[in-house]
Order: sequence, then structure tokens, then C-alpha cells
Amino acid sequence: MSEPTVRAIERDELLVAETSEGDQELQRRENTSTSELSREIGAVLRSNDLHIDPMSIDVERRDDETMIINMGPSHPSTHGVLRLMLELDGEYVLRCKPVIGYLHTGMEKTAEELSYIQGATNVTRMDYLSPVINELNYSLAVEMLLGIEVPERAVWIRMMMSELNRMSSHLVWMATNGMDLGSTSMMIYGLRERELILAFFEKTAGLRLNLNYVRPGGVAADLPDGWKDDVAVICDTIDERTYEYDQLLTGQPIFRERMVGVAPITAEEALSLSVTGPVLRSTGVPWDLRRTMPYLAYDQVEFDVIVGTYGDNFDRYAIRLNEIRESIRIVRQCAERMPSGDYRSQDPKVTPPPRARIGESMEALIHHFKLFTEGFHVPVGEVYSAVESPRGEIGCYLVSDGSAKPYRLHVRGPSFVNLQAIPLLMRGGSVSDAITTVSTVDPVLGEVDR
Amino acid sequence: MTSLAPSAPPGVLTSDGLAADLVCFPTRAQYFALVESFKNDGFEMCVDVCGVDYLSHLERPLPEGVVATRFEVVTNMLSLSKRERVRIRVQAGDDEPEVESLFALYSGVEAMEREAFDLFGIIFTNHPDLTRILMPEDWEGHPLRKDYGVGNVPVQFKEAPGPR
Repeated sequence: MSEPTVRAIERDELLVAETSEGDQELQRRENTSTSELSREIGAVLRSNDLHIDPMSIDVERRDDETMIINMGPSHPSTHGVLRLMLELDGEYVLRCKPVIGYLHTGMEKTAEELSYIQGATNVTRMDYLSPVINELNYSLAVEMLLGIEVPERAVWIRMMMSELNRMSSHLVWMATNGMDLGSTSMMIYGLRERELILAFFEKTAGLRLNLNYVRPGGVAADLPDGWKDDVAVICDTIDERTYEYDQLLTGQPIFRERMVGVAPITAEEALSLSVTGPVLRSTGVPWDLRRTMPYLAYDQVEFDVIVGTYGDNFDRYAIRLNEIRESIRIVRQCAERMPSGDYRSQDPKVTPPPRARIGESMEALIHHFKLFTEGFHVPVGEVYSAVESPRGEIGCYLVSDGSAKPYRLHVRGPSFVNLQAIPLLMRGGSVSDAITTVSTVDPVLGEVDR
Repeated sequence: MTSLAPSAPPGVLTSDGLAADLVCFPTRAQYFALVESFKNDGFEMCVDVCGVDYLSHLERPLPEGVVATRFEVVTNMLSLSKRERVRIRVQAGDDEPEVESLFALYSGVEAMEREAFDLFGIIFTNHPDLTRILMPEDWEGHPLRKDYGVGNVPVQFKEAPGPR
């Protein structure tokens, strides 16, 4: 009769052995060192400025009063495969630790095996909601090492596509955040509007998601015929719809109840945790790389940097909604002022000869073949470039040893860094607020794990 | 505007990077104090910490006087008030790379230092929780090291030829 129980225990042990992440997991209080415990509940952070002794925090709570549970890795509200370990007292979160790495595919290692031309296809898959901005950042780093200039038109096309991408990324955020709060209509509306932008991407680059459109030296193709009409339709439609979202969500009592005053963070805490993007701006710090350290031609267009006041979930929502409107403003200016000319650099080092030349010139054929098999060589050096992605500062640290492949490519993912704010934001809140909080930090797990 | 440009304390070797970044090359002993002086100088944020393995490039171009080691830790700092960036490249050692953790100065480096530890095996002393972060707990080796054998882990495609 005892046999079934024995088998059950074996299966449990096997399950633990195959799924445990050991010390990466949230440990029971009695097994956690004071320094780690104080980090988890954010006391170290506060002790910098307020001189709170980390030893004075409450470590007396007994383990049998609390419960450690897993949220994720496969939970619909974690936006991917984020695993949060929560220590709960009833319904309130005492401690939280994100366990990540479930989507780690070694993209930085892969990048070392790909030539500089192929590299853009790799980085575009990191933050899959803002592929254009990933490619842009990578291309800027490569161009800085190469020391080449891209033509004016390429700069403006890049800027317009980045802003369209920012809109689509924020629309997905509006959709999933609505879903997390139970507003399924927002889910449908957000994805419906994003579809307009993805259709334009498909028309321009041939692909909807991982575009490989921005490449070192310019962009892959010129804008399609009739692009101005398409862009005007996108801008007008989404501009109008943002006011519908306002009506649907902003003043809605249940929505406000769930968002206003929940999970606040102060500017000092955000700076200390290296948090960037809407989470930092929600605390009132007007830091947007497009304005403060302009790249492309952002110093020539008019837009406002949206900041919040309280650093709570509602501020982060309001910032993203208004950033969609600011992006529309930038896209309209780009469409109006789009210069004519080449859409990619005519430097033969990075640009293949035109298709028509390959049929008639042996040299052009060899050149084309060399460029796509061997790639171009990049001078020895290292560079860090950074642009503003919808989630914050995305950085690219690129080391070249003079060959045709990057010696080291490191991507500073804003989601990866912003995730560190989650334990602080969740502390003391309820489990239902925890879901909203993960949503408003807006991590993209492809970028977190790379 | 030149008076606003960041400068390193005397004794730390520097060079101008691309895009007008200042690059500092402190020794391991100078590293923590250098970051602290930058923090007091208005660099509010430590944006990025990453490792680099220069296994086959010990002869890389470095300023006169810097002793090249295999591993390097690269720290990017940002000043919001001055709108400046500074990059710090510290030579972390050859066989057992080890530098001091910046956690006491910037809480935000926690995950980044764990990542550098996980992927390069660089030890950050005084880090509160130096565990693997991206790789599974029982993983052997540090995959971004240049001598880490790509293809050593058997995969399911049994009939396929090995990589290269």
C-alpha cells in the first residue's frame, strides 16, 4: 500500500531537480543573509540617502507566517517568461525576486559569429516590440567605428520609422496593460491600431516584426510609393483613437482605483537603480535621450518630453499615452520635411553595387559577393552608443578587433535594468497590484534574457 | 563648455573615446575610488557594467602604462546634470578576474554585475548576491569566455555535423 507515496516523493524530487534554480531563487528568510535581505526589501537603497541601518530591518518575522509562491514563468501577466517569486503575508507582498534567464539564447555570443551585415538580424530579435530601434542603435555603433556619414534622407527615414515603432510598442503596452486590468476591449483596440503600423512596416521593409530595415550605412529600402498617404492615415487614425482611450480608461473609476498611487518610486530610487525611460520620467526627471543627448535629427523636430509627478502606475500610463501623441507629432514633421536623395550611404565599403550593375560588371559581382560572404572590416576600437527605446536607454557596447565580425557586442537592455525596480515597487502592495506593476514597468523578456 | 567636461583625478590614465566620451583606465585598486569620485562629481547613474574577454588580444591599443589583462570590466556612467558620459575600463585580471562591486554606490549594478559574473566568471567582491542570473544554476563554465567551447553541449540534432 505504501508504494504510491514513495513514487510520488520520487517524482517531486525529480521535479525539483529538473526545475530548481538554486540560489537564484528567493530563499526563506532564515537562509538569507542580512545584506541580501535588505537589498530585496530596498533598505540598502534608502540607507544611502536616509542613513537607515540595514541591520534594523524586520528580520524577526517567522517563516511559518509567510508563504513563498511562484508567479510565472508561464503566467499571462508576466509578458513572456518572467518568473517572480513572491513572499506573501496573506495577500500582501513582503519580498519579491525576479528569476530570469528562461529565454536566454546567447544572442551576444551569436553576434560574435555573425558579420556586421548579419548582425542587424540578430539584434532586431532582442526587444521584439521595438525592432527598428534595436537595429538603429546597433547601426549607429557600427557607423561610429567605421566613421561614415549616412545621407540626410536615411537619417529622416530612420527617425520616422523609430517613431512609428515607438507608437506600435506603446500601443501593445496599452493593450496588454488593459488586459492585465481586465479591460479586454483595450486589448483589442490596442492591437487593432498597431496593425496599421505593422502593415506599413510590411509594405516598406517586407516584414512585419523583425524588420532588418535599418542597417549600417543607411536603410535597406526606400519608402514605398504613396508612403505619405499611408503615414497620414496612420497618424490621423491613431491620433483620434488616443482620445477614445482617454475616455475608455483615463477617467474610468475602476481603472483609476487600480492605478493611482499604486507602486510609487522616487527619483532618487530610480536614479540609484539605473532605471530609465517612462519609469524614470514618471518620477519627474525630464530625461529623454532624444532631447537631452540628441541623435539622428531629433534636435530639429519639435516634441515635448512627458514627465510625471508621483512615479506611480498612473503616471507611467499617462506618459505612454502621451508619448504616442508626441510620436505622432514627430512622424508628421518627418513626413513634411523628408529630404530627397539617397536612402543609404554610397560608400562602397558598406553598400553593395546596384543590382543592374551586377549583370554587366565582373568587378561589381565580385564586390557584391565579397560583401555578403566576408563582410566589411571595421577599424579596431570600442564604442558605446545609446538611443531612447520605448522602454528606456538601450545601449550597445561594441568592440572591434579589425575583422569582419564584432569581437564583443554587449547590449544594455533597458528592460533588464528596469526589472530591478520591481521588488521595490511591489513591496507592501497586494498581489493584484503586483500584476499591474509588472505591466507598467513594461519588460520585454526577449531583451531581458537576450 | 570645457569647464563642464568631466576629468579624472590625477594618477588615473585616460584617453578620448569615440563620440567624445572620456575613457578612464584605472587599476583595480583605483577602480572603486574613481567611480566614487565621479559619483560625487555629478554622475548620478551607472548605466552599464559588462565584461570583455580579450583572450587573443592582449596586445590591443591601450594608453601607455596600462598593463593589459585578459579580462576587462567596462563601466559606463552617465551624468544627467552635465549630459556627459564616462567610460571606465578596468583590467580585471587573467585567471581569476576580480574587481570590487559598485553596489555600495549604485544599487542598480546588482543585475549587471551578476550578468558579468554569470557569463564571464568575473568575481565582484562585496556583491550581496553573486549568483548566476541568465544561465541555469547547474551550468558549467562561463559561456561568453572566448575559450568556451561552442558546440560542447550535445543537442538533439544527432545526425547533423558539428559546428565548423
